[in-house]
Amino acid sequence: MAAIEASKSSTPLLKDELDIVIPTIRNLDFLEMWRPFFQPYHLIIVQDGDPSRTIKVPEGFDYELYNRNDINKILGPKASCISFKDSACRCFGYMVSKKKYIFTIDDDCFVAKDPSGKEINALEQHIKNLLSPSTPFFFNTLYDPYRDGADFVRGYPFSLREGVPTAVSHGLWLNIPDYDAPTQLVKPRERNTRYVDAVMTIPKGTLFPMCGMNLGFNRELIGPAMYFGLMGDGQPIGRYDDMWAGWCTKVICDHLGLGIKTGLPYIWHSKASNPFVNLKKEYKGIYWQEELIPFFQSATLSKECTTVQKCYLELAKQVKAKLGKVDDYFNKLADAMVTWIEAWDELNPSGASTELANGSTK
Amino acid sequence: MSQISINHDEVDIVIGALQLDLKSFMEEWRPVFSLFHLIIVKDPDLKGELEIPAGFNFDLYTKSDIDGVVGSSSNAISFSGYSCRYFGYLMSRKKYIISIDDDCIPARDSAGNFVDAVSQHITNLSTPATPFFFNTLYDPFCKGADFVRGYPFSLRSGVDCGLSCGLWLNLADLDAPTQALKPELRNTRYVDAVLTVPARTMMPVSGINISFNRELVGPALLPAFRLAKEGNLRWETVEDIWTGMCVKVVCDQLRLGVKSGLPYVWRKERGDAIESLKKEWEGVKLMEDVVPFFQSLRLSTSAATAEDCLSEIAAVVKEQLAPANPVFARAAETMVEWVKLWKRVQTQ
Repeated sequence: MAAIEASKSSTPLLKDELDIVIPTIRNLDFLEMWRPFFQPYHLIIVQDGDPSRTIKVPEGFDYELYNRNDINKILGPKASCISFKDSACRCFGYMVSKKKYIFTIDDDCFVAKDPSGKEINALEQHIKNLLSPSTPFFFNTLYDPYRDGADFVRGYPFSLREGVPTAVSHGLWLNIPDYDAPTQLVKPRERNTRYVDAVMTIPKGTLFPMCGMNLGFNRELIGPAMYFGLMGDGQPIGRYDDMWAGWCTKVICDHLGLGIKTGLPYIWHSKASNPFVNLKKEYKGIYWQEELIPFFQSATLSKECTTVQKCYLELAKQVKAKLGKVDDYFNKLADAMVTWIEAWDELNPSGASTELANGSTK
Repeated sequence: MSQISINHDEVDIVIGALQLDLKSFMEEWRPVFSLFHLIIVKDPDLKGELEIPAGFNFDLYTKSDIDGVVGSSSNAISFSGYSCRYFGYLMSRKKYIISIDDDCIPARDSAGNFVDAVSQHITNLSTPATPFFFNTLYDPFCKGADFVRGYPFSLRSGVDCGLSCGLWLNLADLDAPTQALKPELRNTRYVDAVLTVPARTMMPVSGINISFNRELVGPALLPAFRLAKEGNLRWETVEDIWTGMCVKVVCDQLRLGVKSGLPYVWRKERGDAIESLKKEWEGVKLMEDVVPFFQSLRLSTSAATAEDCLSEIAAVVKEQLAPANPVFARAAETMVEWVKLWKRVQTQ
């Protein structure tokens, strides 16, 4: 027991190395519940919607806030790549951050409790996930082998036990599950009550639906890949921002030999969005993803793509070449992907992203 | 619990008996095992009479049965030790087979409820698997869960499940070096999930708590990979790891799924990791070659049955791995003999 307590308190705070990015259009009341866990950290608030509205930030938090006017001012014409009237605008926060790690959370996500009734410090778990290696090349049946109380199972080769650096930590949600609109319509009352006490690496070569509600990542390792696309106002699609970022990120992580974990921590998702509104936003995506998935599953990047930016620009070319014919939207998106990288490099000059040879560990 | 109605006539529970006294093992499992037909196979090297309590519906196979059926292939295929259960698979005519080591008893979940491992295995095998895209809420067919936003609709019907790999509380299936290094480490974490291991992702399949669809993948559960100093503790064998990778390759080829997670069994203390480690850890070393081999293995498009797949795998093993170590040469030979034996026995 004592050993467990000691190891918990030994998770570094990383308070000067991590920014919390929160997109919001309403208010930040939810921060009160998170105060014990979030207060040591710097917040980057990305205010979506009407910039003339004042978003009140609870007392005692250290933050910077950007509304649409700020985004336009900072990026100039390149601001076109940042979505408006959609939480996808959060990726602007990733771009302006100067920290090594990002944690992003939605403003309708609260502190969850584990089965023993204890409040979950989601940020601490994300940090644990990001600071320990991933194991994408061979599946460990006891899940994350670096967790307390776990290890590699019999048959797991020793040469693969060092793992690779973890680029992304994907957390989950109790209460309102992250379902698409059709599923929400069919199962309006379903709540996720199952606490699955596991973290695991998503294997290399496997895609997954990345949800941006409760997400941590190493900005230095993968930041430029975390573009949340063109969504919301003036766009034919919504609620695919995090999906898009997740597919691009996974392809790039697989190429560069980085890992993505999913599982703990849980947050409590309180607000069920309107399924009819969601259906309007998503419906093109539901058709398009049938083309997108094979595209990403078969996407390969050349050996010359040794940085995240190079990988991303290569992907953008492929998006234009192969998905442009699905819909003109993808031509615009491919252009926006390029704009994003240009903007990223402008705001983050000289090697914010580390060059990694294919498959090498850092 | 599962809402699948189980047809008990479709299930065989195969137990490899590596110890004579099966009384406490069977008593612990009685609430579950008494409902099904059992196949008990006695390790041919074990001397003496098995002690099996009354009230079970079972067929017992011993060395003489094995010799009788296997006949002239017996010099290629060894059914000693943990491999005795494969004879049970050969003899079964059922759709689903569940196999649990004889040093495991039922576990309790986090709420203290008795875990019916058999029922969970059957649920896993009879609900679809989803190997082509990862669902972050794990098994979407489980009550209270579903596919998440972003999961392509065309992939939501899933595919048949060929193999279900369960887990272990208390003594986890760690290798000898790991357990020797952490002698106090016990698995106390009950992870309430079943998930499909994605296509083309390899994994170490433990034979301790396993089930499969015999009609779909039966021949792929084979005894082939025998270490020079193979013993009667899991620490002294990796035969199930080899077999598991063959099954995974077969499932990937035939577009079937492999699930991992629930059910848990409670694995009792047995043996001494340090003693096992002192003997030999050939298995641990061999994994360095075995894993990359299976990861890069690609079968021809014409391999459309489990038997075809196994024949191809055996040929590649013979060509690529056998030159390095006689263990691999023997494995390839045994695989070929097994496929012949399987075909012969199935048509009888």
